[in-house]
Amino acid sequence: MNALLDVQALEAFYGRTKALHGVSFSMATGGITTILGANGAGKTTTLRAISRMVRTTGTIRFEGEALERRATEDVVQLGIAHAPEGRGTFVHLTVEENLRLGAWGRRERGNLKDDFERVFGYFPVLHERRRQAAGTLSGGEQQMLAVARALMLRPRLLLLDEPSLGLAPLVVREIFRILRTINQTGVSILLVEQNAALALDLADHVFLLETGRVVMEGPSDVLRKDDAIRRAYLGY
Amino acid sequence: MDILIQQVVSGLATGGIYASLALALVMIYQATDVVNFAQGELAMFATYICWSLINAGLPYWVAFLSTLAIAFVGGVVIERVVIRPVENAPILSIVMVTLGLLVICNSVAGWIWTYLQKPFPSPFSANPIKVGNVVFGAHDLGEIEVTMLVLLCIYLFFRFTPLGLAMRAAAHNPVSSRLVGIRVGWMLALGWGLAAVFGAVAGMMVAPVLTLEPNLMGGVQIYAFAAATLGGFTSPGGAVLGGFIVGVVENLVGTYVSFIGTELKFTVALAMIIVVLLVRPTGLFGTTVVKRV
Ligand SMILES: Nc1ncnc2c1ncn2[C@@H]1O[C@H](COP(=O)(O)OP(=O)(O)OP(=O)(O)O)[C@@H](O)[C@H]1O
Ligand SMILES: [Mg+2]
Repeated sequence: MNALLDVQALEAFYGRTKALHGVSFSMATGGITTILGANGAGKTTTLRAISRMVRTTGTIRFEGEALERRATEDVVQLGIAHAPEGRGTFVHLTVEENLRLGAWGRRERGNLKDDFERVFGYFPVLHERRRQAAGTLSGGEQQMLAVARALMLRPRLLLLDEPSLGLAPLVVREIFRILRTINQTGVSILLVEQNAALALDLADHVFLLETGRVVMEGPSDVLRKDDAIRRAYLGY
Repeated sequence: MDILIQQVVSGLATGGIYASLALALVMIYQATDVVNFAQGELAMFATYICWSLINAGLPYWVAFLSTLAIAFVGGVVIERVVIRPVENAPILSIVMVTLGLLVICNSVAGWIWTYLQKPFPSPFSANPIKVGNVVFGAHDLGEIEVTMLVLLCIYLFFRFTPLGLAMRAAAHNPVSSRLVGIRVGWMLALGWGLAAVFGAVAGMMVAPVLTLEPNLMGGVQIYAFAAATLGGFTSPGGAVLGGFIVGVVENLVGTYVSFIGTELKFTVALAMIIVVLLVRPTGLFGTTVVKRV
């Protein structure tokens, strides 16, 4: 099977508390997969497990390579970029410095010019603000910066944790439009969202997480029509 | 007036030494929240190494640069071997470790080189430099040049190089730094290395004035603490400026306030800092750091 990411029997622990109870899923190369779930379901934890920021058991394979024994820094070098919950902005540094750092874990470090051009093309407002301390950006701009910083890695897989959180609908739609464009350039996306309607529109495949377990999965057009999903997540 | 200028320059010279050591303290503090009480003793140790190299026949500047390299490696190794294992320990344990280092450096230096004072050469001419009616010590001026050069290099390094940027990122936001692939642990070790280099510069510059002995840096370290506190422990630029301010004030107070003289100027400098802290608890240039729990 040519899965890009394959997760089996994943359990995750914060101290002694178990946050994931045997999560298994896989995603194909080139796709957009979304993980839906209520607060505390374990969505963030799943992404943290992939980026090796939380203790786990089970297996995680990326392009056939096991990630379990790697450090966060080494996972990044495989081409997995993670825009974390809370955006992870380097608030003291300028927008441009944030973007430079995004390219740090990349195999070829050289020539960032094309990358800057590309992300400034997606997010022109970041170009205007490039010399400004990132902490002075608005929430929406910081989210754009988080995505842009992740793109500087030239990732194969983009992990996005609630990019819509706290943003005006117009800004969210803009970001999601850009995510689709990014995906079309060959970047696979694993998206965690609470905004189910948007996520179902963007993604081709959906996993539904409930208290640390996958309770439902399928293509998004199928799950969109599912009654339970409609009632619980789409609100109609 | 001439005396004033003379005393200010001489204050800047000692101030530069405080500034270097204060910068070392602040760099480590910013990156790891640790106050390295052993910073001064590491500097003293490096100065002894320089002394040994010169005694072995190396030209001064060769010995100087070799010492910087040795100090850098030493700083990195100490972080990896001694600090790393207690990285996640309570802050008091780490403080104890640095205090332990202080005592060890001091006694090992005494054991190797004895407690007898040793003259330490200055690379600058012994003749004073005369500008108009004002006489400057050549060592004072050289000291200022050397510290300025070091500060400039380090500024350029942090401001313009990718590695400098990564080190700043690792100090401010280790979690996000890992997520972009920065090896945060190594960045902290490099920080210890650089801090040791600043310390070594301070030690080698002050040793000709105070003469070399294992307690060379005791007083200097207290002034450096004062400088770092004055500038706000969170601001490298503030620490440097704080160093120069402490140096100059110390010198002027000692010169002009007759009943104070040299014995009490130490107290006066510290009293001044306490006053500043009462008015601005974060120091002159510090910012309040909101601690994440
Ligand atoms: N740092 C932590 N320490 C202890 N428990 C944690 C920690 N982070 C998360 N948890 C617990 O793990 C479980 C899953 O949390 P997680 O953050 O993955 O949820 P989530 O699906 O991302 O929720 P949200 O939509 O609110 O972001 C929750 O029960 C939470 O309380
Ligand atoms: Mg979450």
